[in-house]
Amino acid sequence: MAGPGRQDPAARLHPALQPNRTSAVRRLLWRADGRFSPYIYVAPFFLLFIGFGLFPILYTGYVSLTNRDLLRPGFETYTGLANYRELVGDDYFWNTVKNTFLLMGMCAVPQLVLALVLAHILNTRLRFRTVLRMGVLLPNVTSIVAVALVFAQIFSRDFGVVNWVLGVVGVDPITWQSGDWTSRSAIAVMVVWRWTGYNALIYLGAMQAIPKELFEAAALDRAGTWRQLWHITLPALRPTIAFTALVSLIGQTQLFTEPLLFDTSPGSVSGGSARQFQTMALFMYEEGFRLGHLGYGAAVAWLMILMTFVLAGIGYAVTRRAVGTAGAAA
Amino acid sequence: MTDVAQGSLAGLGRLRAHRRRHVAGGAAGEPSGLLTRYPVLVLIVLLSSFPVYWTFTIASQTNEAIGQTPPPFLPGGHFLANARRVFDTVDFAKALANSFIVAGSITASTLLFCSMAGFAFAKLRFRGRNALLLVVIATMMCPVQLGVIPLYIEMQALGWAQHLLAVIVPTAVTGFGVVFMRQYTVQAVPDELLEAGRMDGCTSWGLYWYIVLPALRPAMAVLGLLTFMQAWNDFMWPVIVLSPQNPTVQVAISTLAAGQYMDYTLVLAGTALATLPILVVFGLFGRRIIGGVMEGAVKG
Repeated sequence: MAGPGRQDPAARLHPALQPNRTSAVRRLLWRADGRFSPYIYVAPFFLLFIGFGLFPILYTGYVSLTNRDLLRPGFETYTGLANYRELVGDDYFWNTVKNTFLLMGMCAVPQLVLALVLAHILNTRLRFRTVLRMGVLLPNVTSIVAVALVFAQIFSRDFGVVNWVLGVVGVDPITWQSGDWTSRSAIAVMVVWRWTGYNALIYLGAMQAIPKELFEAAALDRAGTWRQLWHITLPALRPTIAFTALVSLIGQTQLFTEPLLFDTSPGSVSGGSARQFQTMALFMYEEGFRLGHLGYGAAVAWLMILMTFVLAGIGYAVTRRAVGTAGAAA
Repeated sequence: MTDVAQGSLAGLGRLRAHRRRHVAGGAAGEPSGLLTRYPVLVLIVLLSSFPVYWTFTIASQTNEAIGQTPPPFLPGGHFLANARRVFDTVDFAKALANSFIVAGSITASTLLFCSMAGFAFAKLRFRGRNALLLVVIATMMCPVQLGVIPLYIEMQALGWAQHLLAVIVPTAVTGFGVVFMRQYTVQAVPDELLEAGRMDGCTSWGLYWYIVLPALRPAMAVLGLLTFMQAWNDFMWPVIVLSPQNPTVQVAISTLAAGQYMDYTLVLAGTALATLPILVVFGLFGRRIIGGVMEGAVKG
């Protein structure tokens, strides 16, 4: 065990400082190091991604063609497109598709518009910059579970702040969970609350990269701050906006925790008594893990995966066009 | 000082532009804007922090008190009593320990694997490098959260279902982290330094360990914070693969809410306890986290 390194602790601590020995073996090892070690460095990422990211996604496609059951593993048979045929006629499924797309619009649009306005206000000379930015980002560092649980209280019929405020101005208490639009609005409020500040900071980062000469020229032309936002900031931010829109749309297709926990009836995963706010992800969970229909749930998941790829493809095309026009304008 | 660490990703030129803008007074330097800006911002910050404040307010009240009209707007003195009920209702100590193990392991492995891969992509030459990097970027758009059904089947086959490994291993490295680290390595580690290391007989591992890793410290801090918070807050996959007997904190507080009737002081006391560690991290390192997000971090 007493190798040369033992006798010379300094050399052991600092291989960077060891003299260059030129034996043939060493040269060979050196060449092998240069040629193969890069693959070893990137291997953990690829192995883990293939094993626990790519394989499950592709295998979803296969499971969706079987009648695999959670409680009876090993007894599944290949059923072809039976799950998909059943989905087409499943009103509960189409209801979740409708809810998912409604919530997508109700969450993504206000969140991005508010984030832009907020970033514009933050993009000025301000005191307490760090405190303000931290305040804006606070919603995003709290967990979705925490957000959903406290909002369930805030929107509760008897003890909620929202109904108390409405009561002050003379509106009768609303049972937020039970209505179609009231429940979806409450969920949209949670999502918008959690993500507006985060997107605002991304926009703020992008805004600070815009050359200030543009704003100075505009100010000389007596363009007010909101006209500057419209004519200078927005065009320059187009790629960033396209990117955040894409990310939030994809995020919204997977809306799961908010509708799961907003439902206050014990153990329910159906998104309200009349499924008024059940999303596709929640439906997949109900079918796959509550009812044990893994094959049927996988069919839902596979459709969602395809939907995401389509969205990502559209987003990619739009972003490339946006980058192109922004580049042409500059 | 920390501004430098934050801006380093974007390069110095951009940092300087940022400084100049603050000296010049920014876009909306009109006095009228100044008067309306602060009230609007204060209102926004109040709205932003209200639910968090409310969590702690309800968590420190009794159920009788929160049933009154108007509800109590100031924290009460029952937080410890409610917290004790949380520990009596679910195995919250175990949940906390589990969450620290999960978030800690994910953070450690993410930092190691992402910095290694980032180093290789940034500074080593090998066949297929650009193609592989494109693959890494493409994985960021992959909806891996939707593969939960086969992933669950896989975990059952591996015997990891209901075990913490099932939560740790799938998120032990992210494409975002690799891209983030690569970008930082390109800018923070001069090629001359690596060349000098090679001259002195450094192996590639020596280059990584003695030259690259120390230079990556600021980026590791940002990536580590973001990863830890994300792992701590993760819910969908843990609630599927873990049992209520061996939960993370997020799973534990969701089971608090699944009772026959909503015991809000209990549920929100659990929520407050689960949120506290994140608030401490955010309070201590808020600047760095903000810097990371402003560089378009988290989701790349």
